[in-house]
Amino acid sequence: MKFDPVPFWVSFQLGLWVTGLLFLICFPLAWVFSQARGKWVPWVESTASLPLVLSPTVLGFYILMLLSPRGAFGQFFLSVFHVRLAFSFPGIVFAGCVSSLPFMLTALRTGILAVPQHLLEASYTLGKGRMETLLRVVIPNMRTGILAGIINTFAHTLGEFGVVLMVGGSIPGVTKVVSIAVYERVESLDFGSAHLYAGILVVVSYAGVLLLNRLQRQERRR
Amino acid sequence: MLHFYVAMRLRAGERTFDLEVEYALTKGSFLGVRGPSGSGKTTLLRCIAGLERPDDGRIDLDGQTWFDARRRVFLPPQKRSVGLVFQDYALFPHMTVLGNILYAAPDRERAMELLELTRLTREARQFPRELSGGQKQRVALARALARDPKVLLLDEPLSALDEELRESLGAELARIQRETGVTAILVSHSRTEIGRLCSEVLELSEGRMDARSPRLF
Repeated sequence: MKFDPVPFWVSFQLGLWVTGLLFLICFPLAWVFSQARGKWVPWVESTASLPLVLSPTVLGFYILMLLSPRGAFGQFFLSVFHVRLAFSFPGIVFAGCVSSLPFMLTALRTGILAVPQHLLEASYTLGKGRMETLLRVVIPNMRTGILAGIINTFAHTLGEFGVVLMVGGSIPGVTKVVSIAVYERVESLDFGSAHLYAGILVVVSYAGVLLLNRLQRQERRR
Repeated sequence: MLHFYVAMRLRAGERTFDLEVEYALTKGSFLGVRGPSGSGKTTLLRCIAGLERPDDGRIDLDGQTWFDARRRVFLPPQKRSVGLVFQDYALFPHMTVLGNILYAAPDRERAMELLELTRLTREARQFPRELSGGQKQRVALARALARDPKVLLLDEPLSALDEELRESLGAELARIQRETGVTAILVSHSRTEIGRLCSEVLELSEGRMDARSPRLF
């Protein structure tokens, strides 16, 4: 049995980057979706939810095409920032963001919608604009939504396999995450190491879900 | 003076009806809007506050146009000088009583004045969940008055309270309205409540006024 902690470190870093970036991207999106009434809303929402129903390999394949030096996005990054996206850490961060986007967006949107509309209306009639209402009324009253978004996204990214393998391959210390390490250990019939990697992943994910449930229960009691 | 003419198609369950109300209210007066459930009372209040946009009409306060359907003028609620007391008070649960009032008050001094006016000084550090219905109603009123609105809108603020509390808080409401001199509109389905508190009455039935005031616009 051979234990290599590096895939855990890569997965952890990937989780942090994806969760942080998605929080910044999804918060304004969730706010717009929760307030907008236009006919375009279901179309954009469905597009944002697509990663939930698409096969990870299909999603990974399209992202790889986009990020490859011949793809529009990959070419742009290579020529402007001199960063190669395919088979690199920034590439799997991008792929992780696409794949985990629905988890963060849904949790934040649900959190915003759970704030009673009359609290927002009260704020407006007290002379406050949308931004101040968002910062001082909506965010403090949607803490569980924010926590759900963070925990679900982090846990999902930690277990990411298909998309990361397609876009990043399995480069040790760069793109080889825990789930890929488990797969490789099983392939080489080293079940002991596979058990160890998988067991740690299960414990970490379970702890995240448990923490979320406890916080939600606490919030409901308040 | 507050002038309003509001016309709007409303839906109440399966049926639809037209709300059409016109009224002129002098400064400092207290108008009671009475009518059965689903007659358009709350919608009228929401239109004046800017939370709903009427299909047609005009709302003016002291020469400033808040809404004019023909000229496509619509001032958002934050730009109208209104204070609204919601039926369920809509207090911010994460703020204390003082925090709720400070949210709208220009300074701490004004907030403390309002705490005294509404006899809430002892409850300043409590959260809404720790208050009784009557106390919540007074916090909502203090908060609505915090930025010195020109018009105070009250959406059935006493309906959730028991009879005894309703009488005492009604009297307090009338006292505060007199002391501040704010123009107020109270929506209620109770004839007694409106008779006790208001100087003018507007009866609504299926969105129509029973007694029409002269056309103003």
